[in-house]
Amino acid sequence: MDIYWEPVWLTLKLAGFTTAILLVVGTPIAWWLARSHHWIRQPIAAIVALPLVLPPTVLGFYLLVLMGPKGMVGQITEQLGLGLLPFTFEGLVIASVIYSLPFTVQPLQNAFASINQQLLEVASTLRASPRDQFFSIVIPLARPGFLTASVLTFAHTIGEFGVVLMIGGNIPGETKVLSVAIYDHVESLEYTQAHWLAAGMVVFSFVVLVTLYSLNGRLQSGLVK
Amino acid sequence: MMAAPGIQARFACKVGTFELDVDLNLPGSGLTALFGHSGCGKTTLLRCMAGLQAAEGIMRVNGDEWQNKTGSRPVHQRPLAYVFQETSLFPHLSVKRNLMYGYKRIPQSDRQISFDQAVEWLGLSRLLGRMPEKLSGGERQRVAIARALLTSPRLLLMDEPLSALDQASKLDIMPYLEALRDNLAIPMLYVSHSTAEVARLADHIVMMDGGRVVAEGPLQQIMARTNQPFGLEKDAGVILDATLSERDEQWHLCRADFGGGHLWLRADESLMIGHKIRLQVLARDVSLARSKQTDQSIQNLLPAIVDEVAFEVSPGTSIVRLLAGQTPFLSRLTSRAVHTLALEPGQQVWMQIKSVAIVD
Repeated sequence: MDIYWEPVWLTLKLAGFTTAILLVVGTPIAWWLARSHHWIRQPIAAIVALPLVLPPTVLGFYLLVLMGPKGMVGQITEQLGLGLLPFTFEGLVIASVIYSLPFTVQPLQNAFASINQQLLEVASTLRASPRDQFFSIVIPLARPGFLTASVLTFAHTIGEFGVVLMIGGNIPGETKVLSVAIYDHVESLEYTQAHWLAAGMVVFSFVVLVTLYSLNGRLQSGLVK
Repeated sequence: MMAAPGIQARFACKVGTFELDVDLNLPGSGLTALFGHSGCGKTTLLRCMAGLQAAEGIMRVNGDEWQNKTGSRPVHQRPLAYVFQETSLFPHLSVKRNLMYGYKRIPQSDRQISFDQAVEWLGLSRLLGRMPEKLSGGERQRVAIARALLTSPRLLLMDEPLSALDQASKLDIMPYLEALRDNLAIPMLYVSHSTAEVARLADHIVMMDGGRVVAEGPLQQIMARTNQPFGLEKDAGVILDATLSERDEQWHLCRADFGGGHLWLRADESLMIGHKIRLQVLARDVSLARSKQTDQSIQNLLPAIVDEVAFEVSPGTSIVRLLAGQTPFLSRLTSRAVHTLALEPGQQVWMQIKSVAIVD
């Protein structure tokens, strides 16, 4: 039974960490992208969106090279005494954060852009500092955006395969997540086991999306109530 | 440095092709109207004063320096309040929490207006639990005004607070604004393009055109000038502050005394002896005669001296400024009438006032 549940647990852990980190990292990026008029905004927006169009193997390959013993990141982590990141859970988290970045940033950016700028001016005339405005006005008004961003990031991380395979390999308990486990079962013609996991994924994804849509609907009408 | 009373505002800035260039010394109390056509720069000036619009300049409010050549205090550190043109309530907060937003952000020791007071003044007690979506336009603007007052500001800026409202809501809010003007010691700057609002509310007026100040001074004085800027001469008229002194029950009339004489008004239940009222006499409602004409219908006849004749302010039209005692009046006549009567400064004439409006 552990053989079944270990990849599931590992996948949820990976998706959880990735989502939490991305909400912290992605929020300021999305805020800046939604508000800036600097020329560098477009190139940055393109970089954030790159994981949407690149084959995951390309992303995984470069991350592997970068984090490897000859890569820049690899040399830094070795000097810091952290060892090398490829084929570890931590390496997987970093790769997932980059891979899922657009799924956090884009919904947040849209939510921020739709907030009426005048409300922030109003708040400033009511003695709220820019930081205060962000927490008291922007975050509550962007709540549906935060919900969408979290769910999409979480679900997308669960579904990743190519990047994991390149950077994580297939180490039970460390990097063997659901998608890799399914691939493994199919390779060794264990179709029953593959079915259990694959069907589980289908049901899970469906439930997540239905929850997201109905929650978003309720949040939006909640604002009006 | 000595604390200088009053508001000093000197700004120069460029937004696109529009240039604002003003240097104003305004009274540190009462309501000052910033008046002009849309696009004249009145809103930009108000935003510069608040610090919402970056501009080089100087801003002092009753001795407190908000901006000078070396720096500018950010908006949230200025003791001001701003009422915006469009509804600006936070949609995710109830009326009560909207009101509390600014109130809880100022130190307790600075709170000169209490929550209950503001709620009572603006008549909001029944609305506290509602969300902004469920309010009418007029109610929303009342909440916005109360929310602004609850920061106990030292300057209250209002950017056409009534312009987005229908006529009924405007009339509904007007008395609240008058009460604030009369009861608060806070100087108010009020942007408007409506002559009616300005006539009713303002003590002092700044007229703007093309980013510059074209006239500035006490309302009565400015309104009594013969050279009204930008084609206002059609609606030109003087403002008088008068006191009701007598009721004539038989003819349903009321007597209003002002510095230069008295006028009779149609009596109305709400007019009480001793009340102070503000009257507007439009230039087009004043005709002139060389002698007292009693064989005609107009009852308000006042002797006056011709002070100034502005001949042909527009084709065929002239404006005459008169003094009844010290009180100025304007009369709008055809240029031919001015010519036929041979009106000249210093002449004694009779004003025949066809209609007097109570604006406040």
